[in-house]
Amino acid sequence: MSKPKLLWLQSITCNGNTHSFLNHPDLFSILSHFELLYHPVLETKYDIQDLISGKLKCDILILEGSFRAEGLTKGGVEVFSLVERYAKSAKHIITAGTCATFGGIFKQHDMENISGFCFNEEEQNSHYITYASKLISLPGCPIHPKWLSYVLLMLVKRKKIPIDDMHRPQELYNVTVHTGCSRNEYFEWKVDTKGFGLKEGCLFYEQGCQGPYTRGSCNKILWNDISSKTNVGTPCFGCTEPSFPKTALFSTKTNMGIPATMPLGVPRRAYLTATGIAKSFKIKRFEERIIKYDS
Amino acid sequence: MKIADKKALKRESIIQAALQLFSLHGFHKTTIPDIAEKLHMSVGNLYNYFSSKDILAKEIIKYTSEVLGEEIRSVNLQEISSQEKITKIVEIYFTMAKEKPEMIEYFLRVYLSHREVFKDGCEGMTCVSGFITEIMIFFDDGVSSGELRNQDFFSAFGLFMGYLGGMVFLKGEEILPKALDEYIDDISRNIYYALKSE
Repeated sequence: MSKPKLLWLQSITCNGNTHSFLNHPDLFSILSHFELLYHPVLETKYDIQDLISGKLKCDILILEGSFRAEGLTKGGVEVFSLVERYAKSAKHIITAGTCATFGGIFKQHDMENISGFCFNEEEQNSHYITYASKLISLPGCPIHPKWLSYVLLMLVKRKKIPIDDMHRPQELYNVTVHTGCSRNEYFEWKVDTKGFGLKEGCLFYEQGCQGPYTRGSCNKILWNDISSKTNVGTPCFGCTEPSFPKTALFSTKTNMGIPATMPLGVPRRAYLTATGIAKSFKIKRFEERIIKYDS
Repeated sequence: MKIADKKALKRESIIQAALQLFSLHGFHKTTIPDIAEKLHMSVGNLYNYFSSKDILAKEIIKYTSEVLGEEIRSVNLQEISSQEKITKIVEIYFTMAKEKPEMIEYFLRVYLSHREVFKDGCEGMTCVSGFITEIMIFFDDGVSSGELRNQDFFSAFGLFMGYLGGMVFLKGEEILPKALDEYIDDISRNIYYALKSE
């Protein structure tokens, strides 16, 4: 049986998802399942001239970067029309990263004219209808390399990938970044961290952590197999969300001390009731340093 | 009526009787036999519902907090400005102080005055969360809409509830020259001016 033909195209991008995928510990094993037609940084059988000529035919199209209908050319060709040419015949389209999925960082340059491939932030754009049947969204800034390999290997095995209403694989995005966070005990008992980079305390109350309302599996599938932002004491920036990027990423917006955004799906009354009770108790262990260094 | 419903009713009647006696005679001077006698029930039977006076005291504060919280919740659910909500909350508080004085009296003269009874089981806001949660929601809505100034929760909470509690306390001491109702407009305006955004 012939291998599925894989094509990776870039639009307005920083290369972040390309580089992230290169960090996959099993990169070449995964790629061995495919015939890689073209990739922006890996050596491939075809070059950009072949790509522009339109003679290639792909099964799986990976898109990276945000899009504008016109005004971005490569080799004298409008990138968007090139992408559409391959998108129409591809069996599967993967938007890799928040830019390709929702517009992301590069959308901020021109909010009117730049968007994701099929979504403009959380709204479906005019291309959605055409490509919805084969679209898989992988938002993230960047995506975790194993999120992409999960999708690719599921496609190779012809397994069904359950997706949500924004075409994100449920396996990866139906949990929040809060799931698996090593600071969960501090969240439960409402103990703030005393600063960035500390092992102790929760980053949700003051330091801007968006983990409890951001869909993603950063704390289930760890980065470089060992860590995550929240593990090392940096807040989650909500980079997988259609609303990314927000501003003031290192401080929590509060209304009289109450977080302005509730954990995903949690009613405000329920949250405040539980919080009020949990905060009433002082648990000695959570007030102490985990490692007590000799002074 | 089901047995469980009957028991729930009985439980509530014990809470209400105890609430009145504690507020009237004080926590230490009121005994379990006094409460049982008021309800024409045996002391033994009362202990089936509440195994000690301390436990009963804690249940009462939860009960009063829920009742007050429900009233404020009905205000929070209305599509009105924060300024109007403040007036309604002040009205609720003073009406309760007038019609069910035992509720507010209990909070001021039992709950706040006998912390040793409540320190285990009613830590912090545990037993008053029904009420506190609704106040939090009132503040959150007011700041979200831009009508109230964003500030520390307790500085706003203390201003609002400390003020109302103080007025009811003064009334209880028979120091206030006028009825509580007559202070509603001025007090509501004062609270609004203190909390509104610049």
